[in-house]
Amino acid sequence: MKIAITTTGKDLSSPVDPRFGRAQYILILDQDGSLLEAVDNSPNVNAMRGAGIQAAKLLADRRVDVLMTGHCGPNAFRTLNAAGIKVVIEQSGTVREALDRLNRGEVKFADAANVEAHW
Amino acid sequence: MPTLPTSRLTGSIMIISVASGKGGTGKTTVATSLAAILGSRAQLLDCDVEEPNCHILMRPELQTSEVVSVPVPVVDMEKCTQCGRCGEVCRFSAILVIGTEVLTFPELCHGCGGCSLLCPEKAISEGPRELGVLETGFAGPVEFVHGRLRVGEAMSPPLIRAVKAKIKSEKVAILDAPPGASCPVINTVSGSDFIIMVTEPTPFGLHDLRIAVEAVSHLNIPLGVVLNRADIGDREVQRYCDEMSIPLLAEIPHDRKIAEGYARGDLLVTSASEYITLFLGMYADIKRLAGNRITGPRKATA
Amino acid sequence: MKELVIISGKGGTGKTTLAASFAYLAENKVLADCDVDAADLHILVHPEVLHEETFRGGVKACIESSRCVACGLCRDACRFAAISQDFEVSHFLCEGCAVCFHVCPEDAVILEEPVNGRWFISETRFGPMVHAALLPGEENSGKLVALVRNQARVLATKQGRGLILVDGAPGVGCPVISSVTGADHVVIVTEPTLSGLHDMDRALELVRGFRIPASVIVNKADINPDVADSIEKRAGESGAKVLGRIPYDSAVIKAIVQCRCVAEESYGPASTAIRHVWDRLEADVL
Repeated sequence: MKIAITTTGKDLSSPVDPRFGRAQYILILDQDGSLLEAVDNSPNVNAMRGAGIQAAKLLADRRVDVLMTGHCGPNAFRTLNAAGIKVVIEQSGTVREALDRLNRGEVKFADAANVEAHW
Repeated sequence: MPTLPTSRLTGSIMIISVASGKGGTGKTTVATSLAAILGSRAQLLDCDVEEPNCHILMRPELQTSEVVSVPVPVVDMEKCTQCGRCGEVCRFSAILVIGTEVLTFPELCHGCGGCSLLCPEKAISEGPRELGVLETGFAGPVEFVHGRLRVGEAMSPPLIRAVKAKIKSEKVAILDAPPGASCPVINTVSGSDFIIMVTEPTPFGLHDLRIAVEAVSHLNIPLGVVLNRADIGDREVQRYCDEMSIPLLAEIPHDRKIAEGYARGDLLVTSASEYITLFLGMYADIKRLAGNRITGPRKATA
Repeated sequence: MKELVIISGKGGTGKTTLAASFAYLAENKVLADCDVDAADLHILVHPEVLHEETFRGGVKACIESSRCVACGLCRDACRFAAISQDFEVSHFLCEGCAVCFHVCPEDAVILEEPVNGRWFISETRFGPMVHAALLPGEENSGKLVALVRNQARVLATKQGRGLILVDGAPGVGCPVISSVTGADHVVIVTEPTLSGLHDMDRALELVRGFRIPASVIVNKADINPDVADSIEKRAGESGAKVLGRIPYDSAVIKAIVQCRCVAEESYGPASTAIRHVWDRLEADVL
């Protein structure tokens, strides 16, 4: 299972970035915590609009299974859904802590976006 | 389909835009009174489609209403091969292929037509997305046009263009521009024969006037300034106009009678009819100043 | 950390003047001026610029005349009438869609990202401030506004500030949308005129659509107490709290002309009302 977690830093001890589309980095991990890729999300941070859509496409291209983040707007959510990527929102703490919660089954998969459309 | 280029529209008697850098300086006050004193010669077009206010002071009887839309992609999935070209071409993330699905985000679409034009399978046609409404009518003898953008809609230029497309060649068209100095203002004032900049004698008024003047400078349209509430502040605006050789068309002093009239929704020339001559004089000056630039027949638009 | 955004719908209601006074009254905050089209807050708070960056907000097409064969395919395809008969792209009308780039058979179209604004991190007597200025005439897509807010948030986090106080953009379009999304609270400053009422309605509709709690302040309230009543009633019906009325006071203009904040400078009726309004707002938001 491939897991993507938004973060402000580049490793598992970094804090979760609550934003998805404009997250600074997105770490792609496997379940046991091996780091597969640290994606620099700056092209999307600076995008005019559609940052969430592009970030979702980026995950779809990498065949990610689960996204863990703070919040996710409706456009990003729709794109993630179309890609079959499950979404876990309202995450905080470090990347490692979020991954542990997933592995312990302590998370819920979102069935809707939790914020309105935004920039 | 191209609508309005920057060169002048065919045949209109005169197009006067009323703009201001700073909002709330009296742009609508001036535009509506100017139209009112010109009566049946005038056509008032409210191009401040985000917050149109002319109708409040003019109280027009509206006769027509049409929806203005922007064309957005509609995908025929029978023809689509999910090649992904549409998503590559689109600069606004309004269409993309995810797996076997094509997702469209109409509210991000600018209506450029690129996806439809470039789809190798000709699988994309266009349907309308509503931006707002365009209404026309009469306020007494004055012809009236305004556009009202749907609240939450991000795109005003197409609606502004639709309003301007109603300009009638036999009238003096007065355009109430949006405040500020960014692209909706440029869209409105392009093609005008004269721009009136309304401001107030405060540091805000001067600062924003400078920005607005610079914003339109590349259009080479003659300008004039109307200083509203002229006695409440300092004389820096007058000094700026002198330095820049921008004619000061009028100074309207602060008058509680006018402010209270405006609050009730009355035209300035109704609350204070002694200003009618000031506005007639302003129009005469504008004709003279703009007239120097209008030579020969207008070029037809593309 | 909370983010409070001040908007007005209609321009000229006193949004920036009030924002500056709130900047004086609020504690431990970062200021953000999101009126990037015609930024005025700096006139009253006198920022000292510590850091400046250029902003490239979008793509513009440019036609390389040496390669252009004047076939006209680009002009036919351009929906925004941005290409002249001489095959020059109008910087102001070009929307950056790049259709001309794709249809040109000679590869004569280049896509550029020109600088169209600047943003700044500054220090003021009220604390740090992030602000920006679009070059005149440029498109205000909201992107620069989003950048200012993001930077203000980064700064507030780094410095442990509890409040981001945003002077929002006027109107209800792109830049305002970009000013308010994700905010904790929006304050709408209006005036007791029919135009003020009309524009407040639109601003409230916008904010409701984004599900953000809103409050209303009626400025220059004594010009027309009847319309002020209507405004308060309408605000209430919309679920927005009315924070108060501020009377017209010549001290306000005097302060502006001297480039000072009302609350800081005078103790007249407007200044007192502003303090009361701030006390109520602070209690609600923080």
